[in-house]
Amino acid sequence: MKIFLRVWRQKNQNEKGNFISYEVDDVSTHMSFLEMLDVVNEKLVKRGEDPIAFDHDCREGICGSCGMMINGFAHGPGKGVATCQLHMRSFSDGDVIVVEPFRAKSFPIIKDLMIDRSSMDRIMNSGGYISVKTGGVVDANSVLISKPDSDEAFDAAACIGCGACVAACPNSSAMLFVSAKISHLALLPQGKIERKERVENMLAQMDDEMFGACSNTYACEAQCPKEISVKNIARLNREFILSKVC
Amino acid sequence: MILNSKIPEGPIEKKWSQHKFEMKLVNPSNRRKHSIIVVGTGLAGASVAASLGEMGYDVLAFSYHESPRRAHSIAAQGGINAAKNYANDGDSVNRLFYDTLKGGDYRAREGNVFRLAEVSDSIIDQCVAQGVPFARDYAGYLDNRSFGGAQVSRTFYARGQTGQQLLLGAYSALCRQIENKNVKFFERREMLDLVLVNNKARGIIVRNLKTGAIESYSADTVILATGGYSNVFYLSTNAKASNATAIWRAHKKGAHFANPCFTQIHPTCIPVGGDYQSKLTLMSESLRNDGRIWIPKKAGDTRLAKDIPEGERDYYLERLYPSFGNLVPRDVASRRAKEMCDKGFGVGESKMAVYLDFSDALNRLGKNVISERYGNLFNMYKQITDENPYETPMRIYPAVHYTMGGLWVDYNLMSTVPGLFVLGEANFSDHGANRLGASALMQGLADGYFVAPYTVGNYLASEKLEKVTTDNKEFTEAKENLKLNVEKLFSIKGKKTVTEIHRELGKIMWNKVGMGRNKKGLLEAITEISKLREEFWQNVYLPGNANDVNAELENAGRVADFLELGELMARDALHREESCGGHFREEYQTEEGEAKRNDKKFAYVAAWEFTGKFEQPKLNREQLTFEYVKPSQRSYK
Repeated sequence: MKIFLRVWRQKNQNEKGNFISYEVDDVSTHMSFLEMLDVVNEKLVKRGEDPIAFDHDCREGICGSCGMMINGFAHGPGKGVATCQLHMRSFSDGDVIVVEPFRAKSFPIIKDLMIDRSSMDRIMNSGGYISVKTGGVVDANSVLISKPDSDEAFDAAACIGCGACVAACPNSSAMLFVSAKISHLALLPQGKIERKERVENMLAQMDDEMFGACSNTYACEAQCPKEISVKNIARLNREFILSKVC
Repeated sequence: MILNSKIPEGPIEKKWSQHKFEMKLVNPSNRRKHSIIVVGTGLAGASVAASLGEMGYDVLAFSYHESPRRAHSIAAQGGINAAKNYANDGDSVNRLFYDTLKGGDYRAREGNVFRLAEVSDSIIDQCVAQGVPFARDYAGYLDNRSFGGAQVSRTFYARGQTGQQLLLGAYSALCRQIENKNVKFFERREMLDLVLVNNKARGIIVRNLKTGAIESYSADTVILATGGYSNVFYLSTNAKASNATAIWRAHKKGAHFANPCFTQIHPTCIPVGGDYQSKLTLMSESLRNDGRIWIPKKAGDTRLAKDIPEGERDYYLERLYPSFGNLVPRDVASRRAKEMCDKGFGVGESKMAVYLDFSDALNRLGKNVISERYGNLFNMYKQITDENPYETPMRIYPAVHYTMGGLWVDYNLMSTVPGLFVLGEANFSDHGANRLGASALMQGLADGYFVAPYTVGNYLASEKLEKVTTDNKEFTEAKENLKLNVEKLFSIKGKKTVTEIHRELGKIMWNKVGMGRNKKGLLEAITEISKLREEFWQNVYLPGNANDVNAELENAGRVADFLELGELMARDALHREESCGGHFREEYQTEEGEAKRNDKKFAYVAAWEFTGKFEQPKLNREQLTFEYVKPSQRSYK
C-alpha cells in the first residue's frame, strides 16, 4: 500500500521545526511502524539527505525508547502497544499519517522525533527506590506478600517510562508515571517504610521539572502502552495526604 | 602469554569464601579517592555501579542510552535461576553447578561456575529487598518454574518480564547512588576506545551522541559491562543498538577475546517475515513448560494446524528426548528444529518454522492460568503475527540470541589488560559453549552485586597507581586517532548504506557461521567477510556530519567492528574441530546427530590475541581441568 507521511523535522533544540511530507510506496501490512520508518530513512540516506532521527532500541515494547505522536495519539492508534509494536496493518492504503515527537516543556526536543526525558530519571533519583544496601538482606521468603498485592504492585511496576502519559495529558503531567512507581513500592511491605519521604520527594521533583498537574482527563491511561491504571494516581494522592496528616 | 585463571586453591565449596577473606580491602575513608569507570548500565553495569557507589568509591557510569532503564537486559523475559530449593524438589548449589557446567557442554571453569551457583541465592534475596515483584503463590511465598536443561523448578520470574523488573531494581539502586552523588551518570555516551597508561586500563574515550563531541575520562580502573555481540548476525533478538564496539576496541588494546564462536541460537523466536525485517522477537523459553513442539509427520504437509489430526503429528522432542522432552537445552532444541525444517517438515508459508502448541495446556489448566503465566508473550505474538496463540499454535524458529564468548577474564573478572574488568555477557566466563535459560540474569547480577565489588577493591588496594589525567598524551593521541577515523568514514562517500553492508554480513554469518558449521563454509566465510570489510572502507556512504546526532555514523562504527569480529568468530569456529554446545561442526557429530566433543584436544578456552593483522590472530589456550564433575557425553534422553 501507499501512505503519505507528515513528519516533524527539527534540526536541534534551538532551531524551529516544521512538517515535511514523504510519500511511501510499497508498504507491507506486516511491517512494524518503525520498520516503515527504516525504509524511509534508507531512501533518504541513498538520496544524500539527513534521515529522520528517532529513539528506538528493543523493538518489542519493553525498553521504552521509542515513542512518537502518531495522528495525535501517543504510540499511535493501537491499544496497549508501544510505537515499535504498531504494525502497518493498522493503517489503510492512501492514509495520511502525521508523526510528531512527544510534546512537553519537560521533554526538550533533541532532534526530529528524539526528545530528552532525563526529567523522568531525575524524579526517579529523588526517591523511586527502596534504600537497601547490597548484601546483608533477609531471605527472600521471610517477607510474605499476598498474591493480590504482589500482582497489583507488578501491574504498576510494568511502566516502561516512555513518557506517553505526559504527551497524552493536556497538562503535560507526569502523574501516571510517578504514581506507578509510588504504587509499586507502597504496595509492598519492603517499600512501606519510606513511603512518606518517597511521595513527598518525588512530587516535589516532578514540580521542579515543570510537569503539570493532574485534572483527571484519563488521557494518560488511554494512551499508555502498558495500560497502567489511573487508580495509581488515586493511590498517589492518598499516599500524599497520608504523608501530610500522619 | 600464559593465561592464569587465578582460581583459588582448596576445595571447590571453600574457594570463594577463602578468596574473599584473602583479598585486600580499601579503607572506607580512602574509597572516595579511587575513581572507577563503568561502561554500560544494564544488569551487570547498573548493579556494579550502584554497589561500588554505595561502598564509597567515586563511580563514573556511561551508557549510550538516555537512561540506564533502556538497557537490553530489560527485554529478558523468562526468569532467573537460583539454588533456593523452595520447591523442595532436590535442588542445591551443587546441582545448579552441575547443571550449568553440563549445560555448557564442559567448556567452562568449574571454579567460576560453582561461585555463580553459590551466590545465586543472595541475588534473589537482594532483588526482593529492592521491591522486585516476583511471582508469588496464594500463601505469599515466591513461585518457581522450570527451564531447559534442568529437572528442578528453580527459576524465579516476574510474569514474562523478569529482566525488566530486575533491571528496574538495579536501576533504582543506581538512582539512589546518583542522588547521593556517589555515582555520576553520563547519558548518551558511546565508548570508542580504551586508554592504557603504563599498560594499565586508565580511562576511556567516548562520543557524546547528542553533541557529537569526542570526550575523554580517566580513572583508576575501568569496568566494561557492555553486553553481547549477537548483532554481528544483523538479525538477532538483541536490541538494535547492542554492539561489540567497547569490547572489540578493548580487544585491540590487548584484551584477549575468548571463545568468540560460542553463540546461542534460541529455539523459540518468531520466524523471519520480509526483507525489511529489522530484528527478531524472542518467545520465552518458559513457554516450553506448557507448550508442545510438533511438526506434521508428512513432509511438505500444507494443511492448517487444526486440520492435522493428533496421530499425524510428530512431537519430535518428546520422541527423541523422553526424559527432558520439550525442555531440552536451547542448543539441542534449535538444532533439531533446523534439521526438521531442512528435511521439509517445516510449517507456515516459509516452511522455516515448527509449531509450539498450547492446546493441551489450555484444556488442562484453562485460559486464565495460561494467560496469567504467559499473557504478555501471547499478546506480543499476536501483535507481530496477527495470529491468536490461544486458538492456533505459535510458529517458531531459532534465532541468534546470546553470545557465550566474550573478553577473557580470570576468576577476579579481570581481563588480560590489568585494571580492565569485564562483567556480564561481555565476558566469557560461566556458560561454556551453551548457556542455560534464566542463567544470563543470574550471571549479570552475580558479577555486579557479589563478585566485582570485592575483586575491584582488591585490585585498587594492591596496585600502586600513579596520577593520570586526560591531559596525558595517551588520551590526547587516542582522541586524535578517533577524530581521524571519523573523518575517514565521511570521506569515503560510497554507494552503499551501512545497513546494506550489515545485512550482507548477517547473511554470511547466519549461513556459514550459524547453527551448522563446516570447514568449507567457514573458509568461505573468512574470505567473504574480509572482502566485505574492504568494500565497507571503500564504498560506504554516511550522510550528515559528526557534530550532530547521527545514527548512521554510530551504526557505521559498530558495523566496522562487527566486520572484524565476524572474521575472528569464523576463525575460532574453524579451529575448534569438535562440536560442543552451540558450536556445531557438521563433521563432528554422533550417529544420532548429537554434538561430539573432543575433550582430548579441545578441553580449553581459546583466548585470541590481537596481533594487528586480522588474518593472524594469536591463539592462547587456557586448559580446563575437571576435578568435581567428570565430563561425559551430554544426554537428555
